[in-house]
Amino acid sequence: MSNPLSFEKPIVELRNKIEELRAFTSEKSIDLSEEIETLEKKAERLEKEIYGNLTTWQKVQIARHASRPTTLHYIHTIFTDFLELHGDRLYGDDSAIVGGIAKLNGLPVTVIGHERGTDTKDKISRNFGLPHPEGYRKALRLMEQANKFGRPIITFIDTQGAHPGMEAEERGQSEAIARNLREMAGFSVPIICVITGEGGSGGALGIGVGNKLLMLEHAYYSVISPEGAATILWRDASKAQEASEALKITSDHLLKLGIIDEIIAEPKGGAHKDPNEQTILIKQALLKYLEPLLAMSGEELIEDRYKKFARIGEFSSAVLEGKA
Amino acid sequence: MSLKDLFRKQRKYATIPSEQAKKEIPEGIMEKCPKCGTIFIAKELEKNLKVCHSCGYHFSLSAPERIASLIDEEHFFPFDEDLRSVDPLEFPGYVEKIEQDIKKTNMNEAIVTGEGTIGGYPVILGVMDSRFRMGSMGSVVGEKITRAAERAVKKKYPFILFSASGGARMQEGALSLMQMAKTTAALERMNREKVLFISVLTNPTTGGVSASFSSLGDINIAEPGALIGFAGRRVIEQTVRQKLPDDFQTAEFLLKRGQLDQVVPRLELRDTLIKILAFHA
Repeated sequence: MSNPLSFEKPIVELRNKIEELRAFTSEKSIDLSEEIETLEKKAERLEKEIYGNLTTWQKVQIARHASRPTTLHYIHTIFTDFLELHGDRLYGDDSAIVGGIAKLNGLPVTVIGHERGTDTKDKISRNFGLPHPEGYRKALRLMEQANKFGRPIITFIDTQGAHPGMEAEERGQSEAIARNLREMAGFSVPIICVITGEGGSGGALGIGVGNKLLMLEHAYYSVISPEGAATILWRDASKAQEASEALKITSDHLLKLGIIDEIIAEPKGGAHKDPNEQTILIKQALLKYLEPLLAMSGEELIEDRYKKFARIGEFSSAVLEGKA
Repeated sequence: MSLKDLFRKQRKYATIPSEQAKKEIPEGIMEKCPKCGTIFIAKELEKNLKVCHSCGYHFSLSAPERIASLIDEEHFFPFDEDLRSVDPLEFPGYVEKIEQDIKKTNMNEAIVTGEGTIGGYPVILGVMDSRFRMGSMGSVVGEKITRAAERAVKKKYPFILFSASGGARMQEGALSLMQMAKTTAALERMNREKVLFISVLTNPTTGGVSASFSSLGDINIAEPGALIGFAGRRVIEQTVRQKLPDDFQTAEFLLKRGQLDQVVPRLELRDTLIKILAFHA
């Protein structure tokens, strides 16, 4: 198992022991199959128990796992004929967001996503998936292009957030995100957004206004990072675990709150355990949700998106209740 | 407070209003400018729309004060006053904090929306109030802005929105985040229907509010000295590991970098708005 997380240690230890016994069996020609079988069953029970009862914080760790598949993995495995398109035509090309045109089961689509990078060098060059304004403006340019040519838009969300830096502020980080929100609301093509890893606040939402919002089982989506919330609440970033619970950032909570439309299951232990299986699961969900959207007119799609977001929010009417 | 305190030497470059500065003056009678240290009779300061006579520092205005400073003969018809926050996440301490702020401000939420006329021009007006949960946007603020924008479309009245907000409200989690998308979707409709939207950014306009409706005015105006930005100063300093310039994320800083149409002093704001409204009447 590559890079096990701390809560996976008991499973890893047990699996290692089983491997040792297997090696011992073949080396010394002693039959330990019964013992191995017992341990195998125990390991399965343990996996079921641990992976079936993940805490919010454990899910956050999975969502942030160094080996978790990134957007480019999904783009290359879910789609065919991907043609990457670069640059915002205003300032630069931000590789923390990638995008281009591709085919989904033969249908031309525009696909865009945060890309956090795979190895260290790649991660640094992509700023760990934290976009600058030019990233959002590239995404907007590609979405406008999709809208012009009637291609559905599919976005993959996976970022800690938009880059907090001096230059990002100077070039209008706020305006870049804000404009994307408004323009995405008005496109007359289907938009499906998939939260694949970290959904870090406005930086995630900047490519996240869709007709459908799908979310991987262990991904999270939050108004503020658990560390940031802990700092505000208790002046202590190390209490992020508690803050993550309070913020209700996991897929099950977001489904209940009416924010996401479906949870896409992950392979046991997380997407990184079986990236190809994850690809299949995401592709199935995309096809399922895209089909009905393709039957809708541009006006209907805009109206559908408007209503989706207009519904989100919980409040009471105090005066009316008080009078009743 | 002793006389000695009253005449204590002021730090020359203090620009941030400190709790201490506020406490040195008996509440309600006298006010002290946190920037230059000048002391005023509170009523005099109010007459000047809470702008320091001496250095031009803009004190925060409450939503009622702001509305009174703009609307003709104080004829203002509020919308959706009955909407109140609930506690959808059962977030620790949220209900108590909301109750405290309702008592403290005599308002139901961090924004007042409504209809009135400015210089004879009918407008839909939204005014955020930073005293209520730092003006943060949760479900109620998002809903009120959305409904106000929908009314603006229906009546074809310009929509003027005064921001004063720390951003999306943490205690309502992702529901607050989604209000950014919800409010901007309403602005998209306004945009398509060619209804004028004037965004006035006042101190502070940051985070999820600056990254949604506040930045999307057909005309973006800010008050002098207002803090406006996406990320918090401390977070940025930690990221870039260097001190930021003093004027970083001020209205003047943003004007220079092309993010605003104008920085307008409060005493000229009403006339500027009337001028803009006249162009679009």
